[in-house]
Amino acid sequence: MSRQYETVIGLEVHVELATKTKIFCGCSTGFGKAPNSHTCPVCTGMPGSLPVLNRQVVEYAAAVGLATGCTITQYCKFDRKNYFYPDNPQNYQISQLYLPICRDGGIEIETAAGKKRVGIHEIHMEEDAGKLIHDEWEDCSLVDYNRSGVPLIEIVSEPDMGSAEEVIAYLDKLRTIIQYLGASDCKLQEGSMRADVNLSVREAGTKELGTRTEMKNLNSFKAIARAIEGERARQIELLEEGKAVIQETRRWDDNKEHSYAMRSKEDAQDYRYFPEPDLPPVVISDEWLQEIREKQPELRTEKLQRYKREYDIPDYDARLLTETKRMADVFEETTALCGLPKKVSNWLMVETLRLQKEQNLEPEEIPFSPENLAKLIRLTEAQVINSTVAKEVFEEMFRHDIDPEAYVKEKGLKTVHDEEALRSCVTQVIAENPQSVADYQGGKEKALGFLVGQTMKAMKGKANPGLVNQLLKELL
Amino acid sequence: MDLTKMTALELGKMIRAGEISAVEAARTALEQIKKKEPDLHSFVTIDEEGALRQAKAVQKQIEAGVLTGPLAGVPMAVKDNLCTEGLRTTCSSKILEGFVPPYTAQAVCNLQQAGAVILGKTNMDEFAMGSTTETSYVGATKNPWNTAHVPGGSSGGSCAAVAAEECFYALGSDTGGSIRQPSGFCGVTGIKPTYGTVSRYGLIAYGSSLDQVGPIGKDVSDCAAILEVIASYDKKDSTSVKRRDTDFTAALTEDLRGLRIGLPREYFGEGLDREVKEAVLAAARVLKEQGAVVESFDLGLVEYAVPAYYVIASAEASSNLARFDGVKYGHRAAEFEGLHHMYKKSRSEGFGAEVKRRIMLGSFVLSSGYYDAYYLKALRTKALIKQAFDRAFETYDILLGPTAPATAPKLGESLKDPIKMYLGDIYTISANLAGLPGISLPCGTDSRGLPIGLQLIGNCFEEKKLFRAAYGFEKTRPRRTPDQAERSGK
Repeated sequence: MSRQYETVIGLEVHVELATKTKIFCGCSTGFGKAPNSHTCPVCTGMPGSLPVLNRQVVEYAAAVGLATGCTITQYCKFDRKNYFYPDNPQNYQISQLYLPICRDGGIEIETAAGKKRVGIHEIHMEEDAGKLIHDEWEDCSLVDYNRSGVPLIEIVSEPDMGSAEEVIAYLDKLRTIIQYLGASDCKLQEGSMRADVNLSVREAGTKELGTRTEMKNLNSFKAIARAIEGERARQIELLEEGKAVIQETRRWDDNKEHSYAMRSKEDAQDYRYFPEPDLPPVVISDEWLQEIREKQPELRTEKLQRYKREYDIPDYDARLLTETKRMADVFEETTALCGLPKKVSNWLMVETLRLQKEQNLEPEEIPFSPENLAKLIRLTEAQVINSTVAKEVFEEMFRHDIDPEAYVKEKGLKTVHDEEALRSCVTQVIAENPQSVADYQGGKEKALGFLVGQTMKAMKGKANPGLVNQLLKELL
Repeated sequence: MDLTKMTALELGKMIRAGEISAVEAARTALEQIKKKEPDLHSFVTIDEEGALRQAKAVQKQIEAGVLTGPLAGVPMAVKDNLCTEGLRTTCSSKILEGFVPPYTAQAVCNLQQAGAVILGKTNMDEFAMGSTTETSYVGATKNPWNTAHVPGGSSGGSCAAVAAEECFYALGSDTGGSIRQPSGFCGVTGIKPTYGTVSRYGLIAYGSSLDQVGPIGKDVSDCAAILEVIASYDKKDSTSVKRRDTDFTAALTEDLRGLRIGLPREYFGEGLDREVKEAVLAAARVLKEQGAVVESFDLGLVEYAVPAYYVIASAEASSNLARFDGVKYGHRAAEFEGLHHMYKKSRSEGFGAEVKRRIMLGSFVLSSGYYDAYYLKALRTKALIKQAFDRAFETYDILLGPTAPATAPKLGESLKDPIKMYLGDIYTISANLAGLPGISLPCGTDSRGLPIGLQLIGNCFEEKKLFRAAYGFEKTRPRRTPDQAERSGK
């Protein structure tokens, strides 16, 4: 490759909002139910049915806008986007084109290259479509409208990103913000967060943007990174061969690590947008906006700073603890109960993350209560149990959320501090292991460790390790 | 005593008094339908069994003292674009053939709660697009005054049914005059309420920002009583308005002193039939004699109403009618290759020519590159027309004019020249564009014996003024029905 190229990327991110009911009717948004069981005349596009806006959708959309530095459009409108497809029962989608709810925001991202601001062009509210199921045996298609009318926001970024790394950082930041707001769980695999990548390349140093393509069907951060690399390479190759990049929508196949053209700009549809006559404009009064503002939770950046300041924990800890709101909540609640932030942090960063990984759990899935973790820390601090036992109790707690106090009592796991009992045990271990005794006395320090281990084993792990050490040295 | 001659309120009174039962009333109406339908074809669906079943249930509730309202037990008919649970609703279109809605329109629900007995669904122009009821897939309705003429449209079935005494009142819908114009042609009374007064939930949309459900009755009192029942805030319709002043029957006084009535000069100019003009001006003189202040004035912008209307209504219709695609309900082509062919074939077969024309017109004006020139311009025109009315209502309480430029045309005359047909809506359309209430009531007949409609237009939420003036006028003349005309006229 003779010339240098730079990549220009903008994202369109769809996020399914965590409302209990759909955007324009009272049907549940719960999924996994029998097809078409969460439907009514409105979300199946029955003749004569009319949409009624769910206020919570406006609040979530505005909350995301506020958290990403957007200006809230206090007089916004819905528009109809007209296109025919069976998953769209009215053959139009109610969306926002002319006056979207949020505009002109941006978030700061951090990569190895440093800090950078990615602009947000707009955020708009819209309804999701149903799901088509192709029955190949019967050679027909079926449609499930349970998802039809589930509220979405579409977050449209400016073309401010230049690499897969920046894209991932942007998405990760966006996801954390939205999760913190409780506006969505943002799961890429389950489709509650979907990202379409608009990408073009241009010769380094040039100002004009190249022809872009839009990549769809990206279900994980890894797929997004691979698709970006693939598309960048594809476009550069075309340019190097003297060919033109065609403006088109492409579908990424992550298994084949290859993208396919779906439709070009020439056959792009004219959506014939026009103002939705069934919905009056959404007026967000100053009072309402203030209410939404007051309900905004502390976001990650502020929380991170506060942790370092208030709890005096290292930056590394604070970052890990604030990665998900759930983790941060558990940290704060546990610390409030036991007053030992660094101890709490250790349990969360080390053991919790380890077990989550081992059990393939999501970062939000913390199965024990802050009360129980606080109890465990108190037991350890009071030397009622030693660290080995504590780990064992923690695992039990992670699996079954047991009460550590009751568990320690029931299983008899209290550390033995009784010197007489330990002395007799140590005496017996010395008698049973003459070779190790000889080794130790011959100068092999390591042999002492073995003898400590044997004693702990004989005491079923419950001995006070300091005392055992001390007694062994004394008796040898 | 001939029960069919009763108004809805008169009949309701007799039913409450126990003089006749709701079942007898329903039987009377059903017999009249059997007698008249072969000539008129007002109905798309006649629900004899359902009507008698409802009548029995309503009668029980009346006897139990549960139903005490003025309309309890009175048989009526519903335009075929209002959804009725379990009762076929087709908009007189092939594309909805056999469609049975899973729910009932709110306006119909309100009436059912007041004890209405639904006889069936009335014929209409397909999807309410037309001014003659001739675009109906099931065939035209005929004017009860002269079956060689159209009843008007699109609520032609409802108006013909009321005029022919097949029912005691009916529901219609009005997007550009679809209640008022056929009311005028059929010599009955019909009101289009202020936009937002009656819930649109369950009304199969044509032009959502213009559509409004309203009553068609034998006289003004009936219309006021019916509107009182169907006017209600409905949270299922986001364009529905919370109103307190819906006690319309309270406005029925004969005292018209001090009422300021404006006659827009443009409504009496070129294109207006001479006999219609004379009858309407005579009506204005009657109101003046009763104490109203009547004068003519320039409303302005009248010539822009028709083009603005056809752009806006067609644009909304092109989107509203997209859901009729053969996928979920209604007509699907028998044979097709793939999805898009199924859409095209089902819709080509399912929609009639006038509906297709408006879908194409609407799709065109919303297309990229044309949106600003047509759709946006039409919206601006609409806003200007509203301003012109606002100015007029600074001076006048109500505006008076003809409902239509001429009396009912002959069958087959209108569809040949759609532009001429569209221009026939010139006096009714502005009320829809500005969201205003408008009432049409009979004010005489022409030399051929065809009824002439008098239209009164009020400011938003001022139906009471319309009812007052209409009632005052109505009291000065006897109510005429087509059969009386036959007896007396020939």
